[in-house]
Amino acid sequence: MTKNILLVGVGGQGTILTSKILSQGLLEAGFDVKMAEIHGMSQRGGSVTTQIRYGDAVYSPLVEKGAADIIVSFERSEALRWLEYLKEDGILILNEHQIQPFTVTLDLSKYPENLVEEYKDNVKNFKSYNAFEMAKELGNSRVMNIILLGSLVKYLGLENINWKNVIKETVPEKFVNLNIQAFEKGYSI
Amino acid sequence: MKTLMTGNEAIARGAYEAGVLVASSYPGTPSTEIMENFSQYDNVYAEWAPNEKVAAEVAIGAAVRGVRSFASMKHVGVNVAADPFMSYAYHGSNGGFVLITADEPNMFSSQNEQDNRLYAKHGKVALIEPSNSQECIDYMKYAYDISEKYDTTVLFRVTTRICHSKTVVELKDRVVPEVKQFEKNQKKYIMVPAHSRKRHPQIEKNLEELRKYSNNCPLNRVEMADKSIGIICNGISYEYAKEVIGDKASYLKIGFSNPLPDEMIKDFAQKVDKLYVIEENEPFMETQIKSWGIDCIGKDLFPICGEFSPELIREKVLGIKSEISHTSELDAPSRPPVLCAGCPHRGLYQELKKYKNKAFFSGDIGCYTLGYLPPLEAMDFSVCMGGSVTAAQGFQRGNEMAKDTKYKAFALIGDSTFFHSGITGLVNMTYNNTPVTTIILDNSITAMTGHQENPNTGVTARGEITNKIDIEKLCIACGVSEENIVTIDPYDLLATKNAIKMGYDSKEPFVIIAKRECALLKPIIKERSKLKCKVDPEKCTFCKSCLRTGCPALQIKDDKVFIDESQCNGCTVCLQVCPFDAIEKVGE
Repeated sequence: MTKNILLVGVGGQGTILTSKILSQGLLEAGFDVKMAEIHGMSQRGGSVTTQIRYGDAVYSPLVEKGAADIIVSFERSEALRWLEYLKEDGILILNEHQIQPFTVTLDLSKYPENLVEEYKDNVKNFKSYNAFEMAKELGNSRVMNIILLGSLVKYLGLENINWKNVIKETVPEKFVNLNIQAFEKGYSI
Repeated sequence: MKTLMTGNEAIARGAYEAGVLVASSYPGTPSTEIMENFSQYDNVYAEWAPNEKVAAEVAIGAAVRGVRSFASMKHVGVNVAADPFMSYAYHGSNGGFVLITADEPNMFSSQNEQDNRLYAKHGKVALIEPSNSQECIDYMKYAYDISEKYDTTVLFRVTTRICHSKTVVELKDRVVPEVKQFEKNQKKYIMVPAHSRKRHPQIEKNLEELRKYSNNCPLNRVEMADKSIGIICNGISYEYAKEVIGDKASYLKIGFSNPLPDEMIKDFAQKVDKLYVIEENEPFMETQIKSWGIDCIGKDLFPICGEFSPELIREKVLGIKSEISHTSELDAPSRPPVLCAGCPHRGLYQELKKYKNKAFFSGDIGCYTLGYLPPLEAMDFSVCMGGSVTAAQGFQRGNEMAKDTKYKAFALIGDSTFFHSGITGLVNMTYNNTPVTTIILDNSITAMTGHQENPNTGVTARGEITNKIDIEKLCIACGVSEENIVTIDPYDLLATKNAIKMGYDSKEPFVIIAKRECALLKPIIKERSKLKCKVDPEKCTFCKSCLRTGCPALQIKDDKVFIDESQCNGCTVCLQVCPFDAIEKVGE
């Protein structure tokens, strides 16, 4: 049975590194894995998505509408763009951190209010917290992505994979401990 | 060993395993990582070229010498390389030569979605299309065998979803075939009319041999299951169709698509009840199949524009729509790509936008193209690499002939784009003495594609120190007089403003070099990591002057502006535009 994961966020938030760790762990666990990412026009600030599919035999790297087992939204409003992709009993993990695009600060577009309530009403399996603030408490806001990875692993029941080892092999040595702390933090939520 | 690779990593791996010794490329989404990865292997020669024509010619020269080579580029790059591509097709090969084209259905980072399979027909060369990373490795090896055996260029065509999707691959050892001798042969290697007239019929004969091969090669394969539906497909469409239709159809998967396997297709068509041709963009296969009198469903059902998806194929073939359980009345805010916080281009555009009503800004291809967006909106035109400098001249000459100079013409071009194809335009500007102001946005890297070295950086594709070409001296050599060249730091708004005024007033060819490294270069991030700007909420009147620079680090809370520290690098553009001295610089 193929599982579908969507990581959505804003360029610069570390979705690509997260998907790299995730897909490497899944491969080591013996799954067939496909992952699709889109490199947009700017390195920072635009919407970004990574799609990961795993199972016995996977053909398409793209997730279909209504088929995502889990969506992890790295930014509060980004999940809205992808809600249609979530399965009926799919899980939504939300980082409540907000990044206003220039379209909002210049009144060209509106940042919706009461988003957390909106998701809560809409999605039964919903978990939300501010990963940005938690990462800052750990000492570096950049490990926000690994906190979210920890939660994803828990909710998908993937704890049999040695994630700490994959993190060790992926991130620079001096950041290994911080990233492992972040992973544990996310897993404990 | 099993591992995950993107299509681009796999193409590089396939080239390495196939024994490629020389490769050249110009970066362009979605092709860039092919060279980035290939250049990291040992015992290869790999380079960034200033443009795709140069890259193709370097690779061709290596193939003539007898080694295996490739040139890689994005789809529109093939237009730049089309001159050598079309004529070298007549030479054939010596060492295998593969031209890799990365096409972009849906244009995630491109100006058009041209389908470069048509180039294979146009140039009369072999065409190969893999569907996943493993095939990228395997088919690259086939490509070299085919190029050498059939004396042809091979066009290797991938699309974004193949380039940037990771799939499982198995790595094998490298096998470098014996380097072929170069034997002088003017009739094969010099295309003058007398030789070309003899080579063209030979190319037609080669194509006939390739057609026979196409009908009997492992790259084209039949997978028979339910015969009520037959699907002929290529590239990523195969993966989508297999995912959503599975055994409810039979497949003819096309991996070698010029010439098409006509006999296989005719045979397959007879065995199935209803025949679909599923291919993104142009009806490349469909048109040929229909010309053989075979009835099939193609572009009357599937769109020409944009990319396909699994749900699109399910809906079109099986009539089953995706089940959507979650929707919201709320809309996500529009979040287009944007110049990064601390981007040196912002200061330049901040001053340029003041000339919006009296200047025509002829733009080019790079991060700085984003200067067209609100709130900067200091770009009026962009067509192709290098087009800024030359189109500005045409616009200015048009002004003169129309006797209406409401809009003075400016050209805006990045450093890498200037080396790509801006130099000849600048030569034209001075040769014909056209009073245009060319602004070179020099951020000392090829930034948009993810930081590749170029002739302006003094570093090679393999990270070695090399000659650095001085842009100012180059402009002088192109004939711009020294007093008409001004170099400024775009973080300094006053200097920028003064330079633009000089450029606007000048009646001669004029150049402004706006020089400041890309804010995302690793050493720059490190150097500036402690530099920040901070808003004093007591002084902030929420006049929004700073917001009109479009910096994404500027955020709003309770009708005050605050600066997101995690993005800010202390460039001070916001500080310089604040009329109330409400922003201060902190840190060192």
